[in-house]
Amino acid sequence: MAEREAYALRSEVSGWEARQGAERGRLIFAAIAVLALICAPFAVYPVFLMKVLCFALFACAFNLLLGYGGLLSFGHAAYYGTAAYIAAHTIKVWGLSPELGLLAGTLASALLGLVVGWLSIRRAGIYFAMITLAFAQMIYFFALQAPFTKGEDGIQAVPRGYLFGVIDLRPDLTLYYLILAIFLFGFYVVYRTIHSPFGLVLKAIRENEPRAISLGYRTERFKLATFVVSAALAGLAGAATVLVFQLASLTYVHWQTSGEVVIMTLLGGMGTILGPFVGAIVVVTLQTHLAAFGAWLNIILGAIFLACVLLFREGIVGIAQKRLKKLL
Amino acid sequence: MRLGLVCASALALLLSAGPSVADKSPVKIGVLNDQSGLYADLSGLGSVEAARMAIEDFGGKLFGAPIELVHADHKNRADLASTIAREWFDNSKVDAIADLTASSVALAVQELARERSKFAIHTSGATSRLTGDACSPTGVHWAYDTYALANGTARALVAEGQDTWFFLTADYAFGHSLEKDTGAMVEKMGGKVLGAVRHPLDNQDFSSYLMQAQASKSKMIGLANASSDTLNAIRQAKEFGLVSMGQRLAALLLFITDIHAVGLEAAQELVLTTGFYWDRDEKTRAWSERFNKRRGHMPTMIQAGTYSAILHFLKAVEAAGTKEPKAVMEKMRAMRVDDFFGNGGYLREDGRMVHDMYLVRVKKPGQSKGPWDYFEVIRTIPGDEAFRPMKDGGCKYVKN
Repeated sequence: MAEREAYALRSEVSGWEARQGAERGRLIFAAIAVLALICAPFAVYPVFLMKVLCFALFACAFNLLLGYGGLLSFGHAAYYGTAAYIAAHTIKVWGLSPELGLLAGTLASALLGLVVGWLSIRRAGIYFAMITLAFAQMIYFFALQAPFTKGEDGIQAVPRGYLFGVIDLRPDLTLYYLILAIFLFGFYVVYRTIHSPFGLVLKAIRENEPRAISLGYRTERFKLATFVVSAALAGLAGAATVLVFQLASLTYVHWQTSGEVVIMTLLGGMGTILGPFVGAIVVVTLQTHLAAFGAWLNIILGAIFLACVLLFREGIVGIAQKRLKKLL
Repeated sequence: MRLGLVCASALALLLSAGPSVADKSPVKIGVLNDQSGLYADLSGLGSVEAARMAIEDFGGKLFGAPIELVHADHKNRADLASTIAREWFDNSKVDAIADLTASSVALAVQELARERSKFAIHTSGATSRLTGDACSPTGVHWAYDTYALANGTARALVAEGQDTWFFLTADYAFGHSLEKDTGAMVEKMGGKVLGAVRHPLDNQDFSSYLMQAQASKSKMIGLANASSDTLNAIRQAKEFGLVSMGQRLAALLLFITDIHAVGLEAAQELVLTTGFYWDRDEKTRAWSERFNKRRGHMPTMIQAGTYSAILHFLKAVEAAGTKEPKAVMEKMRAMRVDDFFGNGGYLREDGRMVHDMYLVRVKKPGQSKGPWDYFEVIRTIPGDEAFRPMKDGGCKYVKN
């Protein structure tokens, strides 16, 4: 009896220790990663890095919905693009400061996410995907027609301006650290959402919705909340892109952008916290550095995606995690 | 004390001499366009080849170093184009970026080049804003623009007696501006616009729009759209028998590669304005045959324009003896564009290259002697008449 108790205690202690160890390992890893990101612009072209970070945040937001909520939205470009247009318009035409522009864009996307989410979570699976796609197409045609978006010319020459009225954002390096801060903030929001009781309920809903309902959870509220957070973060990414490139164009609301974020997430590893980040790095790097290959780039990307889906469905990070666990 | 004075004055001399030292570092040119999408045929790798030919014809070397050429596909995405252009300007020491398909891309790179005092050589962007409110002291707009296309076609046709118009307009900014510009010219010439119908972008079925056009009984149907939309409208107008029943079509933006794609059977009798036609004279034929040998098709006005613009740019850099933007632009404006494309054209202060435009009619299948023998030049529009007068553009730095 006493032996068994002692054993239980021992295993509990070692479990706690292991958790502590994992927690410590994660912290060390995070610190190294942040340090690397802080040093990165001295080695790599900052504008390119900013683009990676913006897309990574976009993919993280998408992954929250797909990887943890189990909801495949096929129209996430709508939130990304809406925020971009709102931010570009408020900064350029209304003369708002960059932080207010970011905020306005993010809020607009959150609001749009609330409306679209409220309507679309009533259905699941392919129907859900189609409803989100339909709304995204509506946003696309709205952006094509509305006078303030300037049609296919896009809103151009958006000033980067001064953060809080004092910090000049025109140098690429200064802007990089703002974008990095925005990315880390967004990443932390996703991380906290997943590693909270809320996130656990979300996973439960993903795995077995009827059981979650039978346990007394109002699943539609959880899904809607996730949808809104995801839309808002996608919007934040879109608004940040405007500061980087100083423009908002139709590409941002085009369905191809929605498709691209799906590819990034699946390639990097759906349902892993780092997957979308890695996926964004791979896709943006290929796009930028293989641009001289023209049409071949599409074929290369397609082949990589195919290989990923056929050979390692967990994505790059998913398979890396598995291998690392085997090693340990 | 005296030493200090000498040092100070030497330093001052050195500093003042600094900016006037000619920048004779190697010249690097980038071609940034759509190489895999909608515009790949009319610009794409053909423009890259044209740029390569310009560099070869120039001699391949400037300031004792080879002229470098880089190219990339921007997939008609302004953000991707912006990343690549920034990297080229900031890191890869690219001096000039040419082609720039899609107006969102053209306007974005125009801004980047202006900020950095680098050269933006527009040969495919159609929007006349590039020499209007978005003009830049280091941006040039070479081959054509929406104003010249609308103006050339409408003016000639109304003068010919085709004075009632109906528009089939793509429902977005580009279509609206083409319709507006053309309509204004029709009315200015004493013609009448009977109406217009808007169709969505990338439309497949034009039947209901064509019925409305038919019902308007206008003499002309203006196609204020582009690429696949124009081609679909032309094909279906043929099927509906609009042309055989006496109405005529005017395409407001169409390239020779589009005609090649749709075929003469459907496109015959179509009237359009172009900045270049390969079979116009001895010089255009000679160059176009060379191009054809390398690429396997005849050049569009964009590709011919890219060759002409880059060659002129290189000549101006050589004549200026420096890459300093102001000096180069001065030379570019001072020198006439004396090649098969420019035909003695000149560069205006707002960046517009003024050259003759050509009103052409698409031949009937029986008249054509072979592949690429598609156009009959019915009128040469003098440059000063073809392009928007500088004072109407609204370019900020131009003093009127």
